[in-house]
Amino acid sequence: MPLDRKIAYVDLTTGNIDIKPIPLEIRKRYLGGRGLHAYLLLNHTQKGCDPYGPDNVVLMGGGILCGTAASGTGRCDVMTKSPLTGLLSSGNMGGFFTPELTHAGFHTILVKGQAKHPVYIFAHDGEIEIRDARDIWGMSVTDTQWAIREDIGDREVQSAVIGPAGENKVAYANVMTLIKNAAGRCGAGGVMGAKNLKAVAARGTMDLKIAHPMEALEFNKRFIDQIVSAKVNQTMGKLGTPFIWGATNTWGGVRNRNFQYNQTEYADEIEPEALDEVLEETMGPYHMAACYGCQVHCRGQYKIPDGPYAGKYDEGPEYTSQGAFCGNTDTPRMTTLLTANHLVDQYGVDNLEIGSLISWAMELYELGIITSKETDGLDLRFGNDDAVIEMVHRICKRDSWLGDTLAEGGIQASDVIGKDSFDYLIQVKGMSNLHSDERGTPGLALNIATASRGSDHLRSRPAIDLYHLPEPVLRKIYSNPVAYDGPLSSEHTEYIGKAWQVFWQENTYMAVDCLGICKYHTTFLGATLPNFEDWSKVLYYNTGLDLTPVQIWDVARRANMVERMYNLREGLQRRDLRKGDMLNHRYFDEPCRRGAKDVIGKTIDKEKFETMIDEFYEHKGLDEEGVPTQLTLESLGLDNEPSHLL
Amino acid sequence: MIDAKGKRIMHNNTKVLKIDYEKCTGCRTCEQVCVLKHDGVINPMRSRIRVVKWDMEGLYIPMSCQQCQDAPCMVGCPVGAISRNDEMNRVEVDYDVCIGCRTCVSVCPFGAMSFNPIERKVVKCDLCDGDPQCVRFCDVKAVQFVDSASVSLDKKRSAASRLKAAQKQALALHEEM
Repeated sequence: MPLDRKIAYVDLTTGNIDIKPIPLEIRKRYLGGRGLHAYLLLNHTQKGCDPYGPDNVVLMGGGILCGTAASGTGRCDVMTKSPLTGLLSSGNMGGFFTPELTHAGFHTILVKGQAKHPVYIFAHDGEIEIRDARDIWGMSVTDTQWAIREDIGDREVQSAVIGPAGENKVAYANVMTLIKNAAGRCGAGGVMGAKNLKAVAARGTMDLKIAHPMEALEFNKRFIDQIVSAKVNQTMGKLGTPFIWGATNTWGGVRNRNFQYNQTEYADEIEPEALDEVLEETMGPYHMAACYGCQVHCRGQYKIPDGPYAGKYDEGPEYTSQGAFCGNTDTPRMTTLLTANHLVDQYGVDNLEIGSLISWAMELYELGIITSKETDGLDLRFGNDDAVIEMVHRICKRDSWLGDTLAEGGIQASDVIGKDSFDYLIQVKGMSNLHSDERGTPGLALNIATASRGSDHLRSRPAIDLYHLPEPVLRKIYSNPVAYDGPLSSEHTEYIGKAWQVFWQENTYMAVDCLGICKYHTTFLGATLPNFEDWSKVLYYNTGLDLTPVQIWDVARRANMVERMYNLREGLQRRDLRKGDMLNHRYFDEPCRRGAKDVIGKTIDKEKFETMIDEFYEHKGLDEEGVPTQLTLESLGLDNEPSHLL
Repeated sequence: MIDAKGKRIMHNNTKVLKIDYEKCTGCRTCEQVCVLKHDGVINPMRSRIRVVKWDMEGLYIPMSCQQCQDAPCMVGCPVGAISRNDEMNRVEVDYDVCIGCRTCVSVCPFGAMSFNPIERKVVKCDLCDGDPQCVRFCDVKAVQFVDSASVSLDKKRSAASRLKAAQKQALALHEEM
């Protein structure tokens, strides 16, 4: 049964391993995955602990549905304290690692301490081993995985690993599995590197008992049909996430030249259809791959067609790489996109963060805040493709002054660079924004300002806001599973009702992260995808856990509140530009210069933005400083945290 | 024949599993649902169909029983536990007779006969009695259940289209000359 999957506590300092069941009480409160990890992070770390110190913990594992046939259940949540933000570090990746971990008997691994030399953890059929990784240290993301398979002598082993960027403690190094799946954004890879932990590997042959097998088989079929019949997923299954680029860039919602423009001109070469042609030419007509048990198959496959890395195989590139290495840096060329994407996958570093910081450095270079002295002669102007590739190498290897400085993260680098470099850094809570530009979409701006891991689109983005759905349709979506009779607007440039949409999305995304299924299987990019009622059923048939849709909503609210409590403990303050729910001044001061009519000239209205934050806090049950009220904590059963139940 | 849900099962004794590996996305849903249907659990190790992967080449090939006409497993079985069921167009194991010697596992050229160490018995594809779940769940149709004659017809068409393209190229070259 999914409910009998255990948690393993691994102390790398002492070598001690402790395996425990996950109590039903905890399952009902957090289900698994991200919610469970948030609870454990709050309970197993002390305020102010050093992200790179032995007291920080790394949590890695799947949601409660992990490994079942409920569609897209191969997700892996990785949580720790972030070296980039000093707040919550949370990343979620697909692939095949957590299902293998589940068949090895575990849903979550908690790692603390620091090993004396490089090691990796191997989970197999109810047991945990700590193995020597000295010969593997230094290897790329993919070589590491093949070396582990060889070391264990089993080709079926799946592992979550770090690459050279994690070993070098780049503040935004990823934990990765297979070719490109990345638990990224906040630097969990560096935390593993600091622990001398190269990988967590798994191999399992244990049965995962399904509570109601025949009902589960039939319901899963319906569930999957609902997911694959959505137009958005059909498009994604053909073009991958790059399909979004075509619309958002044309419309004017994409950062260009750091934050100077909101549209990349002359970007035909990286349009989704052009990209699809390269994928087809290099990999044939069927060039889309899938994660475990997922029928959406949104991951492209390609070989780099030309340039110094010609012939190298990789996967993606995602929409985020288009923004990071083409839009932001104003280098909209296919080879740059495919090469940079390959390099970040091999080094194991976050594509968004590295692309965003390179484009920030480019703007500083343009402004003369940094010069060729700081770049060691590199011509770091916008549009210089070779400079983008060179900077990826330098940062991941911490090579040269600028590479080493940027490897520490944006805010840290701005403290070293000085002058007014911080003003040009497009970040929230120390994490760079996605390459999207939210000046024309207040709801999306609220999302990035308040997301728990820093500026991020995967925590609470009401992306369907851009579809201009009629108000009754919006109301149907956003009044489920709890009633909402406040205002809602179909207009994406509006401010009213957006706070509720962001609050609803935050709970929706948290729910799927606790269940352990993919966000593309919920109301993220499509409006007809499964919802709380479907999850209640899929949860019951597969695990036997009988929770109502409202109870799942409450799990999500509780887990989100735990993340908030963690961030508050680590120093989050509402209006703090470095650690708060606040946007860079350019959102308020600089109007959009390109794009569609409804975007040109737009800025975020600061007063209305503050009102949205107030409303959002009210929905969450926070006071005006963003701190949960006693009543809220009691209603969510969080008035006694840390409660150390696990 | 009528199944448990009152649905009529068409017994077309020429139907076979057709695996179009180029279409496979490597998701392994087939493995999940195969085991869920047969054993009520999920465990790829028990699956009658397995996706073999070359991760660095992006190549995934689902492997299952070919239900051979002159099946080596059947020929090799020392106790005659394996036979052909022509009505279902499949090769079956009679577990009352099987002694678990795994000769069939050794001789199968496709690795389609496997040994399940949990229940300590050999397992192979039984085409889910005419409604293969791997086919039902494979949205990209990498695994299909089709008339055996159509498999080669599809291949003929595919090969012919390559010839057709080559002929066009040759004609164009000829005109240029």
